[in-house]
Amino acid sequence: MTGSDGPCRAPYAMIESWLRDTPPDLMEAKRRNAEVLFRRIGITFAVYTEGGDPERLIPFDIIPRVLDSGEWQYLSRGLEQRVKALNAFLRDIYGEREILRAGKIPAELVLHNSAFTPEMQDLAVPGGVFTHICGIDLVRVGPEDFYVLEDNCRTPSGVSYMLENRAVMMRLFPELFNRNMIRPVSHYPEELMETLQSVAPPNCEREPTVAVLTPGAFNSAYFEHSYLADEMGVELVEGPDLVIDDAVVYMRTTEGLKRVDVLYRRVDDEFLDPLTFRPDSMLGVPGIMHAYRAGNITLANAIGAGIADDKAVYMYVPEFVRFYLGEEPILKNVPTWDCRHKDQLSYVLDHLDELVVKEVHGSGGYGMLVGPKATREEREAYRQVLLARPDDHIAQPTLALSTCPTFVDGGIAPRHVDLRPFVLVGKDIRIVPGGLTRVALREGSLVVNSSQGGGTKDTWVVGPDGTLAEGAPA
Amino acid sequence: MRLNIRHRTVYRYDRPIAYAIQTLRLTPSPHDGLHILSWRLRGETRRQLTASTDGFGNVVHCHTVNHPHDTSAVFVEGEVETHDTAGVVRNAPDPLPPLYYMQPTPLTGMTPRIDAFAKEAVAGIEVPLDRLHRLMLAVRDAVDWQLGRTAVHTDADEALAEGAGVCQDHAHLFIAACRALDVPARYVSGYLWTGDHDEEFDANHAWSEAYVEGLGWVGFDPANRVCPNEYYVRCAVGPDYRGAAPVRGLVRGEAVEEMEVQVRVTQSAGGQQ
Amino acid sequence: MLSRTAETVYWLARYMERMDYVARLLEVGLRMASMSANSGLTEWESAIIAAGAQRAFGNKYGVPSPDTVVDYLARDSDNPSSILSCLNTARSNARAVRTALTTDMWEAINVAWLEARTLGDEDFRVDRLPATLDWVKRASLLFNGAYNNTMLRSDAFWFTRLGTYVERADNTARIMDVKYHVLLPGHEQVGGLVDYHQWTAILQSVSALRAYHWVYDGRVQPWRVAELLIIRPEMPRSLRSCYDQIITYLDELGLHYAGRQGECHRLAGELHARLKYGRVDSIFRHGLHEFLTDYIDQTAKVGDEISALYFA
Repeated sequence: MTGSDGPCRAPYAMIESWLRDTPPDLMEAKRRNAEVLFRRIGITFAVYTEGGDPERLIPFDIIPRVLDSGEWQYLSRGLEQRVKALNAFLRDIYGEREILRAGKIPAELVLHNSAFTPEMQDLAVPGGVFTHICGIDLVRVGPEDFYVLEDNCRTPSGVSYMLENRAVMMRLFPELFNRNMIRPVSHYPEELMETLQSVAPPNCEREPTVAVLTPGAFNSAYFEHSYLADEMGVELVEGPDLVIDDAVVYMRTTEGLKRVDVLYRRVDDEFLDPLTFRPDSMLGVPGIMHAYRAGNITLANAIGAGIADDKAVYMYVPEFVRFYLGEEPILKNVPTWDCRHKDQLSYVLDHLDELVVKEVHGSGGYGMLVGPKATREEREAYRQVLLARPDDHIAQPTLALSTCPTFVDGGIAPRHVDLRPFVLVGKDIRIVPGGLTRVALREGSLVVNSSQGGGTKDTWVVGPDGTLAEGAPA
Repeated sequence: MRLNIRHRTVYRYDRPIAYAIQTLRLTPSPHDGLHILSWRLRGETRRQLTASTDGFGNVVHCHTVNHPHDTSAVFVEGEVETHDTAGVVRNAPDPLPPLYYMQPTPLTGMTPRIDAFAKEAVAGIEVPLDRLHRLMLAVRDAVDWQLGRTAVHTDADEALAEGAGVCQDHAHLFIAACRALDVPARYVSGYLWTGDHDEEFDANHAWSEAYVEGLGWVGFDPANRVCPNEYYVRCAVGPDYRGAAPVRGLVRGEAVEEMEVQVRVTQSAGGQQ
Repeated sequence: MLSRTAETVYWLARYMERMDYVARLLEVGLRMASMSANSGLTEWESAIIAAGAQRAFGNKYGVPSPDTVVDYLARDSDNPSSILSCLNTARSNARAVRTALTTDMWEAINVAWLEARTLGDEDFRVDRLPATLDWVKRASLLFNGAYNNTMLRSDAFWFTRLGTYVERADNTARIMDVKYHVLLPGHEQVGGLVDYHQWTAILQSVSALRAYHWVYDGRVQPWRVAELLIIRPEMPRSLRSCYDQIITYLDELGLHYAGRQGECHRLAGELHARLKYGRVDSIFRHGLHEFLTDYIDQTAKVGDEISALYFA
């Protein structure tokens, strides 16, 4: 709600008055109500721990996160630009590789990257689209000041939470939706379906048959897979339901084999085809690469799209925008110093007390220096590590993340949030106004991951009068 | 030289299986030293097998049998014209840059043993091409040709430790050693003519290629201590065996599989020089 | 529809129906044991037999006691057909084919599953067991109502119906067979008071006591109970009624799939005809137990043939 500790931003005025006018016990009752609703609908994500509750609920906070239409316009322009550049990069990198010849990104960084998939070289993906469903993680540090934390170009999840959060909010607080022009997100499945159909293989002359491919009921995002298949009215298939016959993909049905044209696959690349990738995979479809290469199936997202959201490649995305689109990037990257370059290394060494320094291939905060919180001794020790292995490190500034009012044990308090809007790329680009807001429920924490105590919120884009609103007749 | 190739693979199962699929990399890729006169693959059905080109530039066929069966077969028959280019491969389809072929793979991983072996083999030699010839001989000296000592999953380091192996192991060790010397290298599978006799082989041949500035890709066959000449029919390349394997297959159903392979490479009548 | 989906909804319906059946079986056991002069052990033993679980139960517990039987049939996770196992299997099936179910169907199963997790040891003690069994029957009724009222009349619905009725045909045959395995106390005679109460308990367990009096008015007689539960078409749990449904839905599927039919259609038709034209006196003449055993075997075969035609 605030950039720092300042007053609430304008879009929150209505939230403020709503919170003021609602008695606390009613609010508490609504919270409990929300929990019951979620449990009944079955939004759970499987966290199989020994002896523990096998299906745990992701905490939901009933206070929405609000963006006004101006902010959203700016954001969606930026998102559109970014996914165009990401797709252009993927087309190029599995084709002519002009960007390597132009020296805009080191060739080793791409060609020796484990996410680079040589099997995709020269494969003509329908419509030239590689990343059809793209989740861009953003944080806000000031008005119209958003930074991209990371791009998710492989199989981003979380959209079902966006949809269910909205559904639950509309059931709990219909009056809020009547009073405010909140732009709808519930048509996302239709947009997804149209997007997928628009990139059917060129040789498909019928109405394309779409299916969702899931690893199965034990996958942590299974609920989402089944939810989206259900909402789109298509089959939810598992690897063994599909069979390749003469380089065509079919599904096994009670009437015999039925041809499939577009697969929204939520199975990771390396498990997709045991004849091409991991031979021990039981989740994939042996030989599906034959169908892909023969132009008989569209995979969304394309195999090999992960090279575009690699941590080290991330630094160059603004460069992609300039190189492929000839535009200045609208959304900023978190400034990143690449310690393999001498000048950047010396800047990092001079500013160790203000920067966060990370290992490129590390994760989970391991081997990280948080400059402002570290002691002089810790910084000196890290300096030696940096000097010894500069290639393995990057540095970023600490960001003053925005917060949003959130229910906590002691009442309502500000908590840090991020935002993942979902961008759909087919014949054209579509973004439903909103996304998944994740909130760090622990005071002062910047960690929003659901596996580490993060929660979610409904995300409202408040339209000007006259725009289509949620709940209004279309 | 005109070479005639007949290659038959028969699969037999001890009880019927519902489904089988194979990826076949059994089609030569033309280059300055190889011209295809005719080439044909046949599977279980009368339909033509669907072909495509994979990311390494290889022609790949898809063979499926989608009904219960206990035997199936794949036949390859063709004729090519070859020329000795002293191992140099020019104008072959080659979509990936040499830099790609400089990283380790599961079967050609870098180990201190391989690093030491490679550096010792070429010590004192400066000319890049000479270093590779020397390395080829060193690989063959270090790994005796013996059947049954290694398997399809054996990697370069294991083959070097074992001191014995087959052409696949020689190729993997050569590739790993090249990369230790910062030379791009890759695996090649194909056919080899070994003289006009009635012998049949039960496998395809495998060798390797290294990238030499100014020459491009150059073949090295450590198993036979030579650079490929007009006796070699180059089919598929890849970073290691897995990317260039002549056949990879899977079945649905539980059965014991028995595979019978017959490869016959002969000089075409009238093609003698 | 996907073969896997059809198979999963079919078994989902079978497990929900089986859960209901095991609850009814336990009710018969409770009722019979409560009117028996001795410890009521044979009544409980007969429940194990009617659940088709003698061998597995014997391996685990040896001689049955009321506590071990209730435990085994109601909540033992080693017993795939215990009430709680059925519910767990049904829910994981439901989860695996969530898109094929309506929201109401899913909620009926999911809510039951969530409620089951709050059950404690005390809910399975003899004094609380009737209330727990009532809850099980309500859950099953809710599921049946939910899918009947909300599913599109198409193949997924027909496979669900087939699952319900194939399972119910099997179960009706088994629950009547309980009586065969229950021994009358030595001084009691066939047609006597205990015999009368045992037949009454069976009628009550399938919610058919009032139906019986409506159809026959008068004292409960074994051959009339058999007639009601085997060949009367108006009795919704009778074998005849189950097979009416089975052939109806097999025919619907045949039509839906352009006339494609298999051995399941022929076999179900034959079994249906035997019920339609059969007479209860001839069944008794050839032995009720033999007749029921044959129907249990043949119904299993119908299930296998459905699987071969649609789920392979």
